[in-house]
Amino acid sequence: MGKVMLEVKNLKTKYVTRQREDVFAVDGVSLKIEEGKSLGVAGESGCGKSTLALSLIGYYFPPLHYISGDIIIDGKNISGMKPDEVRKKVLGTEVAYIPQAAMNALNPTQKIIRFIEDVIHVHDPKATKKDIYDKAKERFAVLGLPEEVLQKHAVELSGGMKQRTVIAISTILSPKVLIADEPSSALDVTSQKMVIKMMRELMEKGFIRSMIFITHELPLLYNVTDDIMVMYAGQIVERGTAREMVFDPLHPYTKGLMGSIIVPEEGVRENKLVAIPGTPPNLKHPPKGCRFADRCKYASPTCTAMEVPNLEVPSKESDANREYRCLMSVRKIREVYENE
Amino acid sequence: MSEKRAQCLTGKGVTKVFGLGDKKTVAVDHVDFDFREGEIISIVGESGSGKTTLSKMLLGLISVSEGEVMFQGKPRDISTNQKKKEYWKGIQAIFQDPFSSYNTFNKIDSVLLDCINMRGGKSLPYDQKFEMMREACSFVNLEFKELTNKYPFELSGGQMQRLMIARIFLLKPKILLADEPTSMIDACSRATILDMLLKLRDEINMTIIFITHDIGLAYYISDSVYIMEHGKFVEHGKAEDVILHPKATYTQRLINDVPKIYEEWDLSTV
Repeated sequence: MGKVMLEVKNLKTKYVTRQREDVFAVDGVSLKIEEGKSLGVAGESGCGKSTLALSLIGYYFPPLHYISGDIIIDGKNISGMKPDEVRKKVLGTEVAYIPQAAMNALNPTQKIIRFIEDVIHVHDPKATKKDIYDKAKERFAVLGLPEEVLQKHAVELSGGMKQRTVIAISTILSPKVLIADEPSSALDVTSQKMVIKMMRELMEKGFIRSMIFITHELPLLYNVTDDIMVMYAGQIVERGTAREMVFDPLHPYTKGLMGSIIVPEEGVRENKLVAIPGTPPNLKHPPKGCRFADRCKYASPTCTAMEVPNLEVPSKESDANREYRCLMSVRKIREVYENE
Repeated sequence: MSEKRAQCLTGKGVTKVFGLGDKKTVAVDHVDFDFREGEIISIVGESGSGKTTLSKMLLGLISVSEGEVMFQGKPRDISTNQKKKEYWKGIQAIFQDPFSSYNTFNKIDSVLLDCINMRGGKSLPYDQKFEMMREACSFVNLEFKELTNKYPFELSGGQMQRLMIARIFLLKPKILLADEPTSMIDACSRATILDMLLKLRDEINMTIIFITHDIGLAYYISDSVYIMEHGKFVEHGKAEDVILHPKATYTQRLINDVPKIYEEWDLSTV
């Protein structure tokens, strides 16, 4: 087993609405990422994917509040830190974050090199402009981005180029963990592939040492990340290697998600798409039992009566265990799926 | 199969030019198409290939610079507002962003009520109108009782898009133009929307023009596919032929760039 880069223990965060109601968006998430590994997070809109990303970088500004749990990055616990402290000590060097609409995050009045100067100056106020320029030039060359981009404004770049530039800027300090929230969702397929290729290069060349990739596109995760984790209503419902999750899902929700995959390959047209009926539960008052029970066709009365523990089963493909949150045993699940 | 079907929307040399002189941009460049009744046609292309410009011309929202669009075998006439309204009885659209498609101040029942009134149901008793609205909502798996007295912003994106389809069900146009209807919706709700479009085609024999950049979606839903590059159709034909055995290099590249699950995804080609 490699060195653990990011460990999260029972993290709970909430949003507080104007009516002073609590919305438990991330409710007891635990995860571990080793050096050189990547983890994909999938789930439908509103399941807490993006909130998890914000919570992991310690971005606790209202309405987001921290409740409990630990976030340990390379042995350093950042969970109790103030946002300002996090910005100076953690963001950039320990953990970097690419927000959802990253390509719109560039200030149109500034040249690209200014953003890089800003990022470096927070951590190293004495760095000279020339040093920074040299460093940026070198990094851009390695990642296959043209040097002219540094002297350009955001409006002069295309969408795909902007996205890649943002990724290059946020990883300039070689963070230990990169958290990418839908980095390629707004792009067309060719630009998306370029972004993915660049992220792979960042991993291979050691500029980032582990990665969390958030998206709802499952075929993409299957091709990019080592492991996939599926979230539902603020909780992890299943985690396993990418191959296991796509071809041998255990949790009924994961199974439902896999039914929504559409790829241009033979055999896809014959498989009818199966939509999951219903809507996710209201997280203001999360149900006591299984959160997926009212949409699950295999649900029994016990599912709603008791809290469902996260079970671990040995994985066929990796040393780490698979996790899933369901009352059915693995044998029962396989039996049920086969009889369909 | 398509030969037997009646012509629904055909075009010859349809062109759209923006700007004048040196700044001239040809957004859609002499495209020919032949959409048959009851077919699902996909128009696939990357950003900037002219898909949306073409769809706006088909809807009659912008003028056609050159060429001709024929509706049901006759040249389309949208020279006056009156004639445009007449044309729009035959063609309707759903757009990418369901959040901006509704009037925020109107309640949801009024959205559906408007559709009934537009189709000559103004003098019907309210019970009958109510029944029609309930039927339209159940067609898209929405509960009408839960929706009455709600405003559009109280719905989720998937629900809004389904309500859009309920509108189409009431209006019953000949052609539905769907411009990326699932791109702002997550993968799970996407399946529901696609199922409803298929249902519209099967039950009302509607022609659906599906505009998308997702070639997987196009393959799943459509009978025939048109591939668009820089304002031109580079390839068209049956979905199986075009997507499983692409001839044009552009189509090959598009397919190659989509992440796959049953085949290796080749990252070295970019």
